[in-house]
Parts: sequence; C-alpha cells; structure tokens
Amino acid sequence: MNEAVDFKIVEAPAKPISMNPKKFGMWLFIASVMMLFMSLTSAYIVRQAEGNWLYFELPTLFMISCGVIIASSVSMQLGYWAAKKDQFNKVKNYVAVTTVLGFVFLALQYLGWKDMISNSIYLVGNPSGSFIYILTGLHGLHIMSAIVYLLIVLNSAAKLKISSSNMTQMEMCTTYWHFLGLLWLYLFVFLTLLR
Amino acid sequence: MATLDVHHHIDTHDHDDHGHEHHHGNFWTTYIFSEDHKVIAKQFLLTGMAWALIGGVLSVLFRLQLGFPEANLSWLKPILGGWLTAEGKIDPEFYLALVTMHGTIMVFFVLTAGLSGTFSNFLIPLQIGARDMASGFMNMLSYWFFFLSSVIMFISLFISTGPAAGGWVIYPPLSALPQAIPGSGLGMTLWLVSMALFIVSSLLGSINYITTVINMRTVGMSFAKLPLTIWAFFLTAVIGILSFPVLFAAALLLIFDRSFGTSFYLSDIYIGGEALPNQGGSPILFQHLFWFLGHPEVYIVLLPALGITSEIIATNSRKPIFGYKAMVGSMLGIAILSFVVWAHHMFVTGMNPFLGSVFTLLTLIIAVPSAVKIFNYVTTLWKGNIRFTPAMLFSIGLVSFFLTGGITGLFLGNSAVDIQLHDTYFVVAHFHLVMGSASFFGMMAGVYHWFPKMFGRMMDEKLGYLHFWLTFIGVYLVFFPMHYIGIAGFPRRYYSWTAFETFSGFADLNMLVSIAAIITLAAQFVFLFNFIYHIFRGKLAPANPWNSTTLEWTTPRLPGHGNWPGEIPTVYRWPYDYSKPGSKEDFIPQHIPYSETPESNLPHENDQIKLDLGGAGVGGHKH
Ligand code: HEM
Ligand SMILES: [Cu+2]
Repeated sequence: MNEAVDFKIVEAPAKPISMNPKKFGMWLFIASVMMLFMSLTSAYIVRQAEGNWLYFELPTLFMISCGVIIASSVSMQLGYWAAKKDQFNKVKNYVAVTTVLGFVFLALQYLGWKDMISNSIYLVGNPSGSFIYILTGLHGLHIMSAIVYLLIVLNSAAKLKISSSNMTQMEMCTTYWHFLGLLWLYLFVFLTLLR
Repeated sequence: MATLDVHHHIDTHDHDDHGHEHHHGNFWTTYIFSEDHKVIAKQFLLTGMAWALIGGVLSVLFRLQLGFPEANLSWLKPILGGWLTAEGKIDPEFYLALVTMHGTIMVFFVLTAGLSGTFSNFLIPLQIGARDMASGFMNMLSYWFFFLSSVIMFISLFISTGPAAGGWVIYPPLSALPQAIPGSGLGMTLWLVSMALFIVSSLLGSINYITTVINMRTVGMSFAKLPLTIWAFFLTAVIGILSFPVLFAAALLLIFDRSFGTSFYLSDIYIGGEALPNQGGSPILFQHLFWFLGHPEVYIVLLPALGITSEIIATNSRKPIFGYKAMVGSMLGIAILSFVVWAHHMFVTGMNPFLGSVFTLLTLIIAVPSAVKIFNYVTTLWKGNIRFTPAMLFSIGLVSFFLTGGITGLFLGNSAVDIQLHDTYFVVAHFHLVMGSASFFGMMAGVYHWFPKMFGRMMDEKLGYLHFWLTFIGVYLVFFPMHYIGIAGFPRRYYSWTAFETFSGFADLNMLVSIAAIITLAAQFVFLFNFIYHIFRGKLAPANPWNSTTLEWTTPRLPGHGNWPGEIPTVYRWPYDYSKPGSKEDFIPQHIPYSETPESNLPHENDQIKLDLGGAGVGGHKH
C-alpha cells in the first residue's frame, strides 16, 4: 500500500443544496405575515366563542374585490411568463395592469369600509366590526407595500432590466402578490363563514 | 430556471473575489453602519450588556424595598428624585414600574436581542463557512431597529408618569387604561412603540439567520455536520418567525384599544363608579395571544444558550458530544412543543378543567426533551478530560440551573398544583433559574469562549473564576429561598408585606435574598472590568486557543471582512471529533479530510475515501 505512488485519494464532499437567499427570505417573510393573520383570525374565533357578538352582513363590495385580486394575480402571472420569454413590452404592460388593479382593489376596500360605516358599523364598537377593520386594514397595508414593490419592478422593466436571465425581482414580486391575493381570499372566506 | 441559478452562482463568486478587499471603509461604515456580521454582533453584545446593567440595577432597587421595607433610601434621591416618598421609600407605583421594566429589559433586550443578536450573528457565518450573512443590509437594519427600540424604551424610564408598570406581560385592562395606573399612560405607549420596533428587528434578524443557515453553507457542511450551536440558533430563529408576529397582533389590538377606543380586550369596566363605554371585549383573549408568543419566547431565550453550552462542554471535556442526533431531536421537539403549551400560564383564568388537563399533559411532555438534553450534557462530561475554563464553568452552571429550575416546572405544570402556586414567588424562582439564570450563564459562557475570536485577545481566567463563583452562589442564594417564600403563599409583584402578620416571618429570608442580589450584581463588575480591560490589554490570542474543531477557529486571529483571507475551507467531518482513538491530537478540525487521518478513521469513514488508482486526471476535484 505505502509504495503506491500513483494513486490519488478522492474525497468529494457535496455542495449543500441552496436557493437564492433573497427568494428564500421572501418565503420566510411570507411565513411571518401568515402567522400575523393566523393569530388575528384565531383571536376572532376565540372572541366570537365568548358571545356578545354583533351580527351584520359583510359588504358585497368585498366580493368584487375578490374578483379584482384574482384578475390582478392573473395579469401578474402573465407578466411573469412574458419575462421568462424576454417579451419586454408585455412585461411592462402586465405589471402596469397589475398595479392599476392593485389600486382598484384598495379603492374597493375603502368603499367597503364606507358601506360598513353607512350601516353604523364603526371601528369603535362591538369587536365583530372592529376585527373587520383591523383585518382588512392590515391586509390593505400589505397590499400597499406590494404596490410599492410593483412600482419598483415596473421601473426595472422600463429599464429592460427584467429578462429570462434576470428573474429574481420579478419572481419575488409575483410570489408576494399571489400570496396577498390568496390571503385576501382566505380572509374573505373566513369572514363569510364565521359571521 | 437553470439560467437563474447560474446567475446567482456568479453573484456569490464575485463576492468571494472581493471579499477581502473591502477594508477601505471609514470609521462610520466600519464601526457604526457596518454590514459585517462580526461588527453587528459586537454592537448587539455591547447594547445588550448596557441593558443588562440597567436591568440589574432596577432589580436591586426593588429588592431594597422587599428586603428592607423600613429602610430610609433618601441617599438614592440623586438617582430616583421624585420617585422616593417623603419618608425615603420607593413610591409604590414606581415599584411596579421597576418590576415591569426589569422583566421587559431582561427577557427581550438582554436575553433575546443581546443573546441571539450577538451569537447568531457572530457564529452563523463563521461556523457554517460563509463570508457574511445572506443580507448584510438587512442585518444592519435589524441592529438599528433594535437600537431605536432601545432608545425609546430608555426614554420611557425618565418621563414624569414613569415607564410601563403593568408587568412584562402587560395584561389589559391594567395596561389598556391610562386611568388605571400612571404607568399605563405615556409609558405604556412608548413600551408598545418600542416593542413593535423590537419585533421588526427580531424578524429581520431571524429571516437572515434562517436564510443564511440553509443557503450559505460551505461545501460539505451538510445538516448532519452542523455544530449544535447553529442548530440551536436556527431553530430559535424559526420559533421567532412564527411567534413574534403573534405578539405583534396582540400589541396591535392593544394599541387600538388604548388609542382608538376599540373594545378587543375591554368590557364592563367601572372607574370611580362610572362605566366605561367599552363593551364586548375579553381580557383573556390578550392572555392567549400573549402566551402564544410568551411561551415560545422563553425557548427563544433558552435555546441559543443551550447550543452554546453544547459546544463548550464538548470542547472542554475533550469528548464528542453525547447523542448528537438526540440533541438535535430534542431541540426540534422543544421547538414544536413550545407552541402547544401556552395555556399553562392561564390555569387560573377560569379555563375549562378538562382543557387544563390537556395542557398539563402537553406541558409535562416538554419536560422529556429537556431532560434528554440534561442527560446528554452530563454524559458528555462523564469521564471527560475536563478543562475548567471560565466558559466551561458557566456552561456547567447552566446545566445546574436548567435542572433545578426545570424540576419546579413540573410542579407548576400540574394544573391542580398551580392553583396554589400561580403568581407566587415559586413561579419567580422557577423562571429565574430555568430561563433567567440559565440563559444568562449561557451568554456569559459564550462571551468567555468566543472573546478571543471577537477581539483577538484573551480574558483573564482568575477573574473569570471569581466572577463565576460569586455569580453562581449568588444566584442560588437569591432564587432558592424564593421557592419557600412562594410555597408560603407570597404573591409576586407586591410592594410590601409588612401589613400582613402571616408574612412577617419571612422578613429575614427576604433580607438575605436582597443582600445576595446586591453581591451578585457587584460581581458583574468583575466581569465588566475583565471584559473591557482585556479588549485593549489582553494578551494576544492564538488563532485556536481552545483546540476546537469548528470552522471559526480556522480564521486568522482577527478575521477581517469576508472572514477567510483565502478560500473558504471545505468540511469533511462532524464538529465533535475530540479524543478520537488513534489520532495524534485530541481534536480533528472539521476541515481535515479523512484521507489525512488514516490512523483514526473508522471503517465507514474509510469507505468514504475512494481510492482512484492511477486516474490522475479524473480526480482533480479536491477542494
Ligand atoms: C420542564 C419544563 C417546564 C415546565 C413543565 C414549565 C412549566 C411552567 C408553568 C406551568 C408556568 C406557569 C406558572 C404560573 O404562572 O402559575 C411556568 C412559568 C414560567 N416558565 Fe416554565 N416550565 C418549564 C420550563 C421552562 C423553561 C425552559 C423556561 C425558559 C427558558 C421557562 C420559563 C418560564 C417563565 C418565564 C415563566 C413565568 C412567566 C411569568 O409569569 O412571568 N420554563 N413554567
Ligand atoms: Cu410557559
């Protein structure tokens, strides 16, 4: 053994699997936002179980905002696919459409609030109403943050910085947007079922 | 997707090349707004130490009141000013504020930010073989949010109505109504603002730690080869991400109740005979939300200390850690179970007794992984070639506290027994031993152990021993008697018991506790001197002073930006190859390939070395 001059010892440790850290961080951020809403909806259930709970109809506008948010997710996804195919103009247009739909969504939520106010459901009052303001408001704030993100992406798209070889930003924004859309659908179903 | 990955790869590669050329920063970018994980770690450490000092002084102030209720404290006038009554006693309202701030500071600012912030930041990149955190910018942001949060909490100590005074758990309605106590006014508002910023800081930190551990490990560093410190920091961060948003939700609803008139937590309250308009809220709801964070939080505080201890005990016993997989498994078990036991803090809130039994069961189950950890520490020490460095002593101290404090947890975990013990000094004794002292000792152990890598110099061992023995004995003298005081029925957060004949018997015991607390605080100045003096004057540290196996000791004496001047080492083995039979040295670092240690390889390790006879070209793969 010891006179073998021409052998070479090969010990090849594996490179650990890894993902783009930024994308990974985005998922973790999403997890924490999810926990925030989980805890608030759990609080809703716990509080509701204690009785003294005011019943009222959810504003119908919230149903429309569900449609808008789904449409915006579709356009975002189309933008994402366009970016993967290097269709720069389409990317710009789809992201712009998504942004506009985001604003429409916010406007609808705001009108929904006005609806509730005209039915004498205020932030201050029975927690059944307060919860809705808090949940929709908090979700709206996240939508605003996502709109800012969309504008950043739009800016990159305008500078042709988004392409099939440079997708990180687009991908993260798409993920976040879909997540917020799903989150709203969850909130809507939750609030509809647990009146 | 493939193109994407390639792109990412080029990014990191780029970074590697420039890693060690980043020296030309000015004072501001190097020491203040630094993105280097080592500098940020030191920032967290120093801020945490400042807070520990403040928190310690506050505790001695209220111990003076409890131990010497008749004393005249007017000599404290220069510090306390208007918070002393005419007879020279601490104002009862201020007493509550002291207890509250002590708890808040110690739990969040010292043992969460100070501990995780310091050691996760310092050790994660160094031990997994990364140049820095995944996002240096987010890391910097995390510190500055913490700093801002600290400033606000600090300011709240000095306002005329005093800081928050509703206990560190800030239960409403006490904390929700400014009319209730002076501390629930501006002080409470500042507390909430400060904690909101704190949560942001903590989330930014945790996201970074997890991302880094998962995605930035060096070649060969599989999960099974991670040092237990990293496992602990990783799981701590996971718990943080899942639980801090819940505290945020609790605080958010409280903010709305306080400032916007909602009634999430308030109902049927009369103040001075007048009914408040708030209807329909539930204060119990707050407790559920708070303790859903609160119980995981105690493990956020403890797990990093346990990880640090694993590392130090293995290194200084010169033995592989006993039951590596069991250690990881029990930490995982603790992390999961910590989310399903929160209601053991609420046994006496009128909870359904059946539900109480369920939570009793779950609570007792969490004692199992805790016991596994203690068992493994002791078996690692067993027949070890023990070197009693100060870090080692503090680690053994942690094991001791974790045991004595954990045992009382079993009593408290029984819903029937807890009816008697809840909100007495027994609880105070329990959590100060198991959480406060154990984590504090873990933090101290970490500072003594990694000081050479942080500052490139050595601390003095003799002063370390003095610090250890004074603190160790002091802690037991402070907290052990509290068990008896608690069993006798003394409630916590009471300003004075002299009004009750029944309790007068314990005046001497309380005095002893207070004297011990003062001595323990004084002992920390030994440490402070040791620490500060030796940053500048300590003797130069060798690169690997403890003959340790993990990667941080392969860096130069004072690692620069990018940590390794050359390539990042590759990892071939687990981190606990101490006293391996056949080996020349009593430790084999992680970056030594098995092919270089044929004398000590086990059969299955030899199998990993492939012999490639004659094939020179094929095998050019060695890193
Ligand atoms: C053996 C496992 C443990 C069990 C069964 C246990 C059980 C309990 C129970 C039932 C209480 C509530 C007592 C009451 O308020 O009436 C409690 C309080 C507490 N425990 Fe533990 N515990 C254990 C380990 C720990 C650990 C490891 C930590 C921290 C690292 C910890 C930290 C605390 C804290 C901070 C409190 C009091 C919080 C407060 O009311 O201010 N416990 N424990
Ligand atoms: Cu607990």
